Amino acid sequence: MHAYPSIQTAEAQDLTALSTPHIQIKDLNVIIEGKRILKDINLSVPNNSITSIIGPSGCGKTTLLKTLNRLVDDTKGVEVSGSVLVNGEDIYAKDAEVTHIRKKMGLLSQKPFPLPMSIFDNIAYGPRIHGERDKKVLKHIVETQLRNVGLWEEVKDRLDASATRLSIGQQQRLCLARGLAVKPEIILGDESTSALDPLSTQTIENLLIELKKDYTIVLVTHILRQARRVSDYILFVYNGEAVEFGRTEDILLNPQNEITRQYVKGFIS
Amino acid sequence: MNWRLIKDKLAQRSFALLLILSIVVIFLILVGLVTKSVPLLKAESLLKILSGSVWSPMKGDFGFLPFIMGTVWVTMISLVIAVPLCILASVYLVEYASETLRRMVLPLMNVLAAIPPVLYGVWGVLFVVPILGNYVSPLFAVDTTGYTVFAGGIVLAVMIFPIMISIMVEVLQTIPHELKSASLSLGATKWETITKVILIKAKPGLIAAIVLGVSRAFGETIAVLMVCGNIPQLPKSLFDAGYPLPALIANNFGEMMSIPLYDSALMFAALLLFVLILGFNLISRIILNRLEEKAQ
Amino acid sequence: MSNVKKRLLKEKLAKGAMQLSGMLITGCLFFIVGTILYKGLPYLSWEMISQTPQGGFYIGKDGGIFNAILGSLYLASVSTALATLIGVPISIYVHMYVKSGSFLERACKLLFDVLFGIPSIVYGAIAFSIMVWMGIRASLLGGIITITLLTIPIVVRTIDELLKTLPIDLKHVTFSLGSTRWETAKMFLRYIRPGIFTAVLLAFGRAIGDVAGVLLTTGFSDNLPKYIDEPAATLPLAIFFQLSSPIPEVQGRAYASALVLTFIILTIVICTHILASKQQKHKI
Repeated sequence: MHAYPSIQTAEAQDLTALSTPHIQIKDLNVIIEGKRILKDINLSVPNNSITSIIGPSGCGKTTLLKTLNRLVDDTKGVEVSGSVLVNGEDIYAKDAEVTHIRKKMGLLSQKPFPLPMSIFDNIAYGPRIHGERDKKVLKHIVETQLRNVGLWEEVKDRLDASATRLSIGQQQRLCLARGLAVKPEIILGDESTSALDPLSTQTIENLLIELKKDYTIVLVTHILRQARRVSDYILFVYNGEAVEFGRTEDILLNPQNEITRQYVKGFIS
Repeated sequence: MNWRLIKDKLAQRSFALLLILSIVVIFLILVGLVTKSVPLLKAESLLKILSGSVWSPMKGDFGFLPFIMGTVWVTMISLVIAVPLCILASVYLVEYASETLRRMVLPLMNVLAAIPPVLYGVWGVLFVVPILGNYVSPLFAVDTTGYTVFAGGIVLAVMIFPIMISIMVEVLQTIPHELKSASLSLGATKWETITKVILIKAKPGLIAAIVLGVSRAFGETIAVLMVCGNIPQLPKSLFDAGYPLPALIANNFGEMMSIPLYDSALMFAALLLFVLILGFNLISRIILNRLEEKAQ
Repeated sequence: MSNVKKRLLKEKLAKGAMQLSGMLITGCLFFIVGTILYKGLPYLSWEMISQTPQGGFYIGKDGGIFNAILGSLYLASVSTALATLIGVPISIYVHMYVKSGSFLERACKLLFDVLFGIPSIVYGAIAFSIMVWMGIRASLLGGIITITLLTIPIVVRTIDELLKTLPIDLKHVTFSLGSTRWETAKMFLRYIRPGIFTAVLLAFGRAIGDVAGVLLTTGFSDNLPKYIDEPAATLPLAIFFQLSSPIPEVQGRAYASALVLTFIILTIVICTHILASKQQKHKI
């Protein structure tokens, strides 16, 4: 198997070189049960923008996302080598503290998972475990975050109701708000709209676009159209390798690599 | 922030301690059983103990064969009754029965599993024993009170129904739907599909269920003790009384401890049970775990 | 007869056999409960369940089995409580702290699966000889220790089954909010709360019905259980002893006692069932 040289467009390189990038991946290798899932990944994720990771299913894109907040630790028989720098700190360093790292990154999973408690408590859960006890502050956080995701008007009269009663689209927005409440710097999305109807999908997408002014966002998606709609940058992963990284329009319209071209044209999937 | 991490570590350490403690207890049980059995094993050879058919502790004869055979008889009888019935019933539940029926029957199996052994024993004494003694044995021209290995086998069979059914149903449900459709679309009847495809595919799981049933039957004490006569002899037919191993321990422990080697012999009986059941359980669990992993 | 007809006939016969065996097996349940009800009901009286044995109780004179009922409830509740306190942390530990798929995890799960199958007579025999060795006589305490050991694997296994049903994403979501493993575990316990009650009830049912474990370790007493270092009566043993009496009146009381035990068990099973269906409603 030959290696695909990772190609970065000139513009993208310029951009990431400007300031210290939030996330920097260096020589990342992930082996799961003897199989090399990710091979020599090198990437700088641009700040305050949306980066989509695309690629055929099983290419390792979800694993890549999970290495960013060390959820990959939880996988059977996993070995990680290389480093992931967040704000210049290696999260795979020996003395790195996992809960602290994870707090910095909000995760929006495939399906919404409201915790088994009220709407209010769902959002207050994170601040509470991190030591916030003041009721007023918690109330303020809940309202702000619910407004952030445009859910406030819909639920403000029933904050004590069980979160499981919300519609699935509302639940996903609640989960986003819950993630934002712990003040992350980065938002990770793992095919976050795949369980949603088109309308809810659109709401979430618009929210993410709005949020990128304050956050660095990394999304995994298998829907090319979604990548085109929301992302500023695209990383194409194939067979565990980062094949090509660049601005969305460059990757989609003018890919440098043959395999990327075939993928975006729909010849391989 | 730090306090949270300390709490986490604290929980981890104390939970691990509980786990280690319970593992140590099990280990101690094994060590205790072995050390207690050593005097008997020193006095006589293992082979002689296992194959001797004379049990008279007063004279120092500790032949375990009657008890081993007693256990084997009741277990075999219960399997002969329970295995075919359970296979048929669980296939019916999975392949034929409607969802509502399944939802009604499976909880009933849980009820059956929850009934304490002593109640099975009471039922055996009230129902199985008299029927065998008064109605069935005359058909074979045998004279018996009904307290026989047959009665023990029947009561045991009913007791192992629930565990076998629930595992068999689980195993059968893991068989992929496509396999059935493939066979059915070749023009096989449902029954042919079941015997030629489903049961073959489910064989390891079914065997595991049976082995678990066997180990349950091996260890069952009180219900069998109540109905099978408890005479230390080698049973020769269904209508002979028998004396299974667990009953031996339950009936004699604590009494007659002054007889030399007696308590050592009873501990050896417990060790025998422990090792056999450990082995059986280990085999079936390994098979079932492997199947579960495959299904995922 | 044509081939197809023959095959269809076979199908019909097989189906009949299956229905028959299904009915036989479920029939057994009603049969057992029915037999006990039929035989026990005539002997059941308020006196039976509210009094302790008086002089000559075991030759058919006045008294009841209140001592045994109380003893059993006492023994089973304390053992179940202890087993829950020990068992729940163990399953949390194996699920949350031990690396999934590691040798340790597999070994632990296998161990408790296997322990689940060890018969109570073995626990009883061991506990008895330890007690003899330490010079403790048969007592409530001995019974509690034995039954606790017996029920720990039940609790561990049931809780483990429950934890397995929770999606891995839930773990990831709570982790990604910055929870420690302990905080995540607390969240998990919240999710499976109805299931924990089910596990506890199941263990309680097993504890209250066990004979072989208490036969050697708890002894028997005609008095109400007052002190933990004294022998205590248990319901299953009361049934067992009374049944082996030759006097019909005493045997009748055994049936009535069996009915009381059946009633307790059925109550537990029904509660478990209600809780289990509740658990399903809240499933995500």
